[in-house]
Amino acid sequence: MPNVTYITLIPLLPMAGFIMLGIFGRKYFKNTSGIIGTVLLLISTMLAIHTAYGYFFEYGKLDGIYQKMIPLHYTWLEFSKGVSIDMGIILDPISVMMLVVVTFVSLMVHIYSLSYMKGEERFPTYYAFLGLFSFSMLGLVLSSNIFQIYIFWELVGVSSFLLIGYYYNKPNAVAACKKAFIVTRFADVGFLIGILILSFYAGTLDFNLLIQKLTSPEASEFKNAVTTSFLGLSGLTWGLILVFIGGAGKSAMFPLHIWLPDAMEGPTPVSALIHAATMVVAGVFLVARLFPVFSMSTTALNLISYVGIISALIAAIIACTQTDIKRILAFSTMSQIGFMMFALGVSGFGGENGIGFTASLFHLFTHALFKALLFLCAGTVIHYIHSNEVKDMGGLRKYLPITHISFLIACLSIAGIPPFSGFFSKEEILLAAFQHNIIIYFAALITSGLTAFYIFRLYFHIFWNKPAIVKSDHKREGGLSMILPLILLSIGAAVAGFIPFGHFVSSDGSTLENTLHIEFSIAPVILGLTGIFAAMWLYLKQNNRPQKIAASMSVLYNIVYRKFYIDELYLFVTKKILFKLVGRPAAWFDKNIVDGLVNLTGNATEYISNKIKVVQSGKVQQYAMYFLFGIIGLAVLFIYIWK
Amino acid sequence: MIQPGLYQILFISTALFFIGIYGFFTRRNLITILMSVELVLNSVNLNFIAFNKYLWPNRLDGVFFTIFIIAIAAAEAATAIAIIINLYRSHQSIDVENAEEMKY
Repeated sequence: MPNVTYITLIPLLPMAGFIMLGIFGRKYFKNTSGIIGTVLLLISTMLAIHTAYGYFFEYGKLDGIYQKMIPLHYTWLEFSKGVSIDMGIILDPISVMMLVVVTFVSLMVHIYSLSYMKGEERFPTYYAFLGLFSFSMLGLVLSSNIFQIYIFWELVGVSSFLLIGYYYNKPNAVAACKKAFIVTRFADVGFLIGILILSFYAGTLDFNLLIQKLTSPEASEFKNAVTTSFLGLSGLTWGLILVFIGGAGKSAMFPLHIWLPDAMEGPTPVSALIHAATMVVAGVFLVARLFPVFSMSTTALNLISYVGIISALIAAIIACTQTDIKRILAFSTMSQIGFMMFALGVSGFGGENGIGFTASLFHLFTHALFKALLFLCAGTVIHYIHSNEVKDMGGLRKYLPITHISFLIACLSIAGIPPFSGFFSKEEILLAAFQHNIIIYFAALITSGLTAFYIFRLYFHIFWNKPAIVKSDHKREGGLSMILPLILLSIGAAVAGFIPFGHFVSSDGSTLENTLHIEFSIAPVILGLTGIFAAMWLYLKQNNRPQKIAASMSVLYNIVYRKFYIDELYLFVTKKILFKLVGRPAAWFDKNIVDGLVNLTGNATEYISNKIKVVQSGKVQQYAMYFLFGIIGLAVLFIYIWK
Repeated sequence: MIQPGLYQILFISTALFFIGIYGFFTRRNLITILMSVELVLNSVNLNFIAFNKYLWPNRLDGVFFTIFIIAIAAAEAATAIAIIINLYRSHQSIDVENAEEMKY
């Protein structure tokens, strides 16, 4: 294996940007900070592509199987012999694939933001935060042990928090960033306990060792983990389920998805980067990283499948009724991540069984491209219209031609229309589901029809529907820096499907042929086209059919419009139950018992000092008197008593 | 002429010491207090001389110490009087009772 220590530079360059712009940005780089951040990330991206090329085509394979390589390993915190938290870099197909995705999308967002965020008061801070996020996300995908991934996991949470709350003078944004942080943090408690359980059984934090020890049926660690039982599930299953809860929180899976729609309060390029393409798929990445272990527990895999498909379905249903362009895309993200999750859930390990695994990561790859593209297009539209509401848009195809074409490509891609990239990955997911679980297959089929409907509802709303009511006179689609990312991402979204993904990424590193069954593709494509035509019928021209349909099932429509009242349910549980039954008694205990003890100490001290302070009278002769009696006392003591 | 013994001298020095202590505690005038301190110092000097003469007649340590103390007492008196003058300037009085601001 060649010298690949330069890989450390990939995450460290954005980190350097973060430190430099964070400390000196507002003073010295007021206008150049965007360029600095972009250039640093450009270098990272080139290094990442170089790494990917080297890994996939030069040194990654051994006997036709992609190896898991640890080019860098460093013992960071050693608690005792053999027990330590390490830092390291792992190179395997999924981490290398994620490296390219993260750096590429991040670079696009950096370039896009040059125009989009121009003139913002905290422009350098914005780029500093983007650098922090890129660092954390790249560190996350390169982590070679489970504790390191946890550290970076929290770091991406923090950067997401900072970027959602970027407009800190908007109360909505502040509430949203708190919500996002608290919900994901809550899920991360599960993740931490899961880490502890898994590493307790495996006796190591290192991914390779952990996977090795928890998957070989002869190993004593594995036997131990599957034979211990707690509440009817084995120790291994518990650990995996808890780890999955952490992943579900970050990936906005039902019922922990409530933070994602609100997270759209952040700047739109941030939504493209963090809440569509990279951070929210960290949960999928985590499950994929530990997939060999997950495949040992059918219960955990079933849980993943059902959580995934439920999230995909309800998010698609909700997305049909929303009116905020970014929220529609947020629910669509949640739905697509649901696809990736259940694809992992229905997958087996190794060889042809692992098609779900490959499909899931393939979808992650294509989704990152087309969803980032959708968000950036939405950013251009919002930039132009100055509103997030679809009712304020319409007829923009003549005003924003490049955006229109890019958006259309992304829509066709997400709707699964051949030959765009989403078709290939979704097809594979459906195939995997069909082979393993027929219920999930049908639910996924319905969901993909709904996907086509809601995304084209959005498309027709923005670009057709009614004549444009445009009075803004500034440059139509922003500068070159806003157009270039759209074009590059459109190309990616259009052709990425032709990559023989199974050749690179599979559950055990061997080559998996992507086989396309034409007869199998007929049903989903027809459903997708039906969704598109339904959207066309309803939204191509302004008419009252949507209102009629909404009115004819108003109860149902309202329930969906209010997102199944899940937010309200959470508020009820937290405000009415948790705050009242747990919070109030805890507050009482804190006020009266804890504070009472502290106050008692203070009051007692004050009382005693008041009593004895008269000793300090300020009279010199009195002090001399104390001194004299003290000396006499000591003299008596030494002469007569302490001989 | 009757030579005084060690006990007589120690009696005188003890008396001198307690006279000084008494003056230190009862006087209010700082000059008088300073004089009382001198009395205490001189009683100590007497002790040194007496012990030197009666217990170790062929050594001179006690005498040296006494001279030393006299010199230091002079310096101490000068410092004390400087303090007293400054006190007088700020309080228009050299009564200790008037200088008790430094309390709780």
